[in-house]
Amino acid sequence: MLAPLFSSKLLLVLFFGTLFGLILGVLPGLGPTTGGALILPFTMTLDPLSAIVLLTSIYCAGTYGGAITAVLINTPGTPAAAATCLDGYPLAQKGEAGRALGMATVSSTVGGIFSVVILVFFAPILAQLAYEFGQPEYFALAIFGLTMLASIGEGSPIKNLIAGAFGILISTVGKDFMTSIDRFTFGINELTEGIGFIPVVVGLFAMSEMLTQSTLINQVFNRIALKAIKLPSKDDYKKTWKTILRSSGIGSFIGVLPAEGGTVASLIGYSEAKRFSKNPEEFGKGSIEGIAGAEAANNAATGGAMVPTLALGIPGSATTAVILTGLIIHGVRPGPDLFREQPDFLYGIFGAMLIANILFFIFGFFGAKIFARITLVPNKILWPMIFAVSVCGTYSLNQSIIDVWIMLFFGVLGFFMRRYGFSVVPVIIGLILGELVEGTLRQSLVIFDGSWLMFFTRPIALTFFILSLIALAFPLIRSRKLKKK
Amino acid sequence: MKNVQKQKRANKSLPFFFRDEFRVSLIIILISLALLITTFTFDIVPPILNRGIQPATFPKALLVLIIVMTLLIYYLATKNPWKIEKKLPRSFFLTLSSFVIFVVVSKSLDFFLAISALSIFVSYCWGEKRLFYLLLVGIIFPIIVFIFFETILGLRFPPGIITNIYYS
Repeated sequence: MLAPLFSSKLLLVLFFGTLFGLILGVLPGLGPTTGGALILPFTMTLDPLSAIVLLTSIYCAGTYGGAITAVLINTPGTPAAAATCLDGYPLAQKGEAGRALGMATVSSTVGGIFSVVILVFFAPILAQLAYEFGQPEYFALAIFGLTMLASIGEGSPIKNLIAGAFGILISTVGKDFMTSIDRFTFGINELTEGIGFIPVVVGLFAMSEMLTQSTLINQVFNRIALKAIKLPSKDDYKKTWKTILRSSGIGSFIGVLPAEGGTVASLIGYSEAKRFSKNPEEFGKGSIEGIAGAEAANNAATGGAMVPTLALGIPGSATTAVILTGLIIHGVRPGPDLFREQPDFLYGIFGAMLIANILFFIFGFFGAKIFARITLVPNKILWPMIFAVSVCGTYSLNQSIIDVWIMLFFGVLGFFMRRYGFSVVPVIIGLILGELVEGTLRQSLVIFDGSWLMFFTRPIALTFFILSLIALAFPLIRSRKLKKK
Repeated sequence: MKNVQKQKRANKSLPFFFRDEFRVSLIIILISLALLITTFTFDIVPPILNRGIQPATFPKALLVLIIVMTLLIYYLATKNPWKIEKKLPRSFFLTLSSFVIFVVVSKSLDFFLAISALSIFVSYCWGEKRLFYLLLVGIIFPIIVFIFFETILGLRFPPGIITNIYYS
């Protein structure tokens, strides 16, 4: 598994990817999704394996990096670290920041490595199953993915569905790929090629965050001093090993589902840790189990989210959508054929994720104090710099100024979407799945001679439709149960 | 939690056209309707070239779905109102207007100048008054980024007053 990585160039890429991912994770508002999107143009100078190794190492390290800020300044560096704040910061306030970060580092590493094992075993099995899939099955699967995203993603399921449908709608802009007819181009030549993925991602994540930060310029963060990270004591290990394993399993499973990956995984991991704990009253007041539950789950989601991305070409999270774009840009088509034709490439990715998990453990353990200092860079200096990089990064992919304007437009849109409770993640997933949804629907209708009912004669497609209905009904059942209680 | 409930109650006391849920739903529906009307202007493919459905059918279905779901969120919001959002501060509107200035300057004058102007403007509006730091974010850093992108990716930035001087 590690053999394809034994080259000094790849190890160097892995080293810098992990380092860069940690820095992105530590900075509130940035994260592996935005960072991955910004670094994507630079991957064009690399070979495909190095490019994907860079993106995956950013993904793994960035997910962990959010914990440092969550513990020290009570602000999650990434959304996936939101649950870590609940107990990480109170524990740090008690003068045990080192212990909190030590547990976060160990549980993140265990969760991450656990999920890589899941990835190695389950991705080939899923890919093998995918050989049975035709166009109708892929259509049903994409619909299932979008409904799952709506039902278990953050916030209102209906708002998530609207956002997902909007993402698919964006993918229809430009020349229709089957008939070459212009759609929503409004006479603008640059739009005939469609709306690019990078301007939308950078706009929805980085620029909307810049606008959010503009509303918080008077906010003062109380940063807790960190002397050194402490490895968990024997007693801590005894208390948390079951929680870490449980959350690793939960995180990997949630990651496989096309939802919001680590964010949802960490919340479920945290609440399950509380449910199983002998001391649930300690949660929210600095429970070491709470930190372990949230951190193991969010890092376990990274490997889980890579399973459908590599095996089916359907992203499990926003960051894997960026990785999927990276694969496509480099001419690698994810799906079952990838497992048969390029096993070395895949094992290179698996190995890179494994090493990235070990590397961020080392970097986190020895360098958390330095990374914590990055949070001291004031927003009034940091965000104009991020703006310059975002603008140049977006421009660089197609050398188009229109892309930069599109990025700004989506920045404003993303800000208002978030303000009124619409998650931006479904837009990204909808955009990347849009062509698949429309293409497979139209090709299926050609196969079925225009009969919609024929979808229900295919057992796998029917199963996915039933699962989609269950996914849609799930929030309704959940809210009724809560009301009864 | 109590604060959210309070904000929700305050929202319920407002006339319906002042409520966020009404305004947001109305904007989504109006834009969707405009786009839906646009789909009727798409070219129609002759049956012999048509594969499955007409190119306009899929976007039409999506837009109808968005409208229906928006009506549903509005209906649900009448029972369970959204909380009132805080008023946006001046710094937000200044940052937003800097985006507009960026578009105008990058189109009419120069791409580099636009980045530089926005960086200095935003940094200043967010409270940075020290000249060195304003120069750092507005001139030194954009130059580093430009050179970095040009060297590594071989990127050529769009022509403009300053960019032309650099390239010549």
